[in-house]
Amino acid sequence: MAEAFTKSMARNIFYGGSAFFFLLFLALTFDSLGQLPNRDNRAALEGELGPVIAQGKTLWEVNNCVGCHTLLGEGAYFAPELGNVYKRFGNSTDAIKGFILSRPKDGIPGRRSMPQFNFNDEELTALAEFLKYVSEINTAGWPPNIQG
Amino acid sequence: MKYQSQSVAKLYFIAAIALFAAQILFGLIMGLQYVVGDFLFPEIPFNVARMVHTNTLIVWMLMAFMGAGYYMIPEETETELFAPWLANLMFWIFLAAAGATVAGYLLVPYATLADLTMNELLPTMGREFLEQPTITKIGIVIVALSFLFNIGMTILKGRKTVVNLVFLLGMVGLAVFFLFAFYNPVNVVLDKFFWWWVVHLWVEGVWELILGAILAFVLIKTTGVDREVIEKWLYIIIAMSLITGIIGTGHHFFWIGTPEYWQWWGSIFSAMEPIPFFMMTVFAFNMVNKRRREHPNKVAILWALGTAVMAFLGAGVWGFLHTLSPVNYYTHGTQITAAHGHMAFYGAYVMINLTIISYAMPLLRGRNAANPPKSQILEMWSFWLMTISMVFITLFLTGAGILQVYLQRIAESPQSFMAVQDQIALFYWLREGAGLVFLIGLIVYISSFFVGQSDPEAVAAD
Repeated sequence: MAEAFTKSMARNIFYGGSAFFFLLFLALTFDSLGQLPNRDNRAALEGELGPVIAQGKTLWEVNNCVGCHTLLGEGAYFAPELGNVYKRFGNSTDAIKGFILSRPKDGIPGRRSMPQFNFNDEELTALAEFLKYVSEINTAGWPPNIQG
Repeated sequence: MKYQSQSVAKLYFIAAIALFAAQILFGLIMGLQYVVGDFLFPEIPFNVARMVHTNTLIVWMLMAFMGAGYYMIPEETETELFAPWLANLMFWIFLAAAGATVAGYLLVPYATLADLTMNELLPTMGREFLEQPTITKIGIVIVALSFLFNIGMTILKGRKTVVNLVFLLGMVGLAVFFLFAFYNPVNVVLDKFFWWWVVHLWVEGVWELILGAILAFVLIKTTGVDREVIEKWLYIIIAMSLITGIIGTGHHFFWIGTPEYWQWWGSIFSAMEPIPFFMMTVFAFNMVNKRRREHPNKVAILWALGTAVMAFLGAGVWGFLHTLSPVNYYTHGTQITAAHGHMAFYGAYVMINLTIISYAMPLLRGRNAANPPKSQILEMWSFWLMTISMVFITLFLTGAGILQVYLQRIAESPQSFMAVQDQIALFYWLREGAGLVFLIGLIVYISSFFVGQSDPEAVAAD
């Protein structure tokens, strides 16, 4: 680098640039948080099914579903996307419950299989309602098609 | 080794390598489960293997960063570590917490682990990479704060250099952004938004400061180039990292319910994220070419150059491949992401840690400057075996990803996820083969610590 470009100039670019872009990031964050109520389907969380969806999210987490599946494209790539599974299963929570319930305890020889979690009906409903809630978030048109 | 207290780094480095080995073994298990779906089912389901694979990675990165700090900071500040006993104590706490957590993953169902660790009091579990029980997360915070206190106090009483300042800043950022791991709202969009404040602002933000500082330190030591020159480069590289990387977080906000304008901010800024990595490559080769001494630790220099090149390829090029929102629309959440993740993590963070370990371990083990030639040659073999096999892992996953995107999301009659997985199995088999070569490389790496111990150490050619 040219001699005219000194270390203190480089240092100032670092501190100044980082601070400026972090503040810009904060500003964009605040703006996004302001827009989220129109996009993130929080009406579902505030409705009468809110506690059921919250229970569903807890079950989603404590069974580490994201360890195999993606949700809105984030997670592991071992099993299907579930952000739109409610729609893929014909807008049916019963279909989701039926699928989870039907997983064989010992798996399927030679193939990937979801474990049998032995959920009761209340838990199955909670998970299905959680997935329905996620499917109604405005994701800017993603995924490209129903296959996820 | 100039300061007695630097020796605490050795424990951290040894544990890091042991966790690295565990990471690779579980990676191979997962790779096989991709093609032999019922392998180890239901004893070690895929999600459990994946938690072990990613969490041991994270912990060994942290272990090695801390080891690097405990090694570099006394030398940079020209004073003994403030509290070596604290560094020792924290090591055992960290190792015990990591061991208990991995044992928990493997021995009981995850839901039981959540119960046992009282996740319901402060639910933080079950999110990608943040699967650790809340109590473990609190442990990580305590260990990180003790580390910051220890090196912070050391820096206060000693010489302040750009290297130790940048390193400290990176570690402070690491601790601060980790706190977002404790925020877990029911609202999935908010959850995901701030989850990235940990994950992205770590690996494409403050960790790059740590990477830059370690690389600068090793280049100062091995090339003898004037510190002023190296520090100027360091500042400008990390400046570009944060200028592009902070707003670059937006490339994760395309499809998770956040406003559409992130497609512009995220695409434009993350398209510039390769710049600091390219500068790092130019920097590393420039400094080595302008070297004023022939350092006998050739393999440490090889790792330093290797990390600069592979970070640029993995984080820079493979990141750019799918970062523009019109491309990411199709590639989001596919094997393309996995391909990028593997090479970026290996190139940027695995290799920088192996660089500092390669530089420091001979000194920590009582040598003057370097390992004997026999040991160095073996380590160079491991460098090439691991690096080339990682290139192939990345290429095979990229092939799998392109096919997956086409068959599942672009073709005239898109097929279901599982139907597509069956058709791309060949690429997963090839990836597993490359993974086995990586394992051989790792075995060679570990064995390089045990060969030629009684030989005289390498000396500089001049």
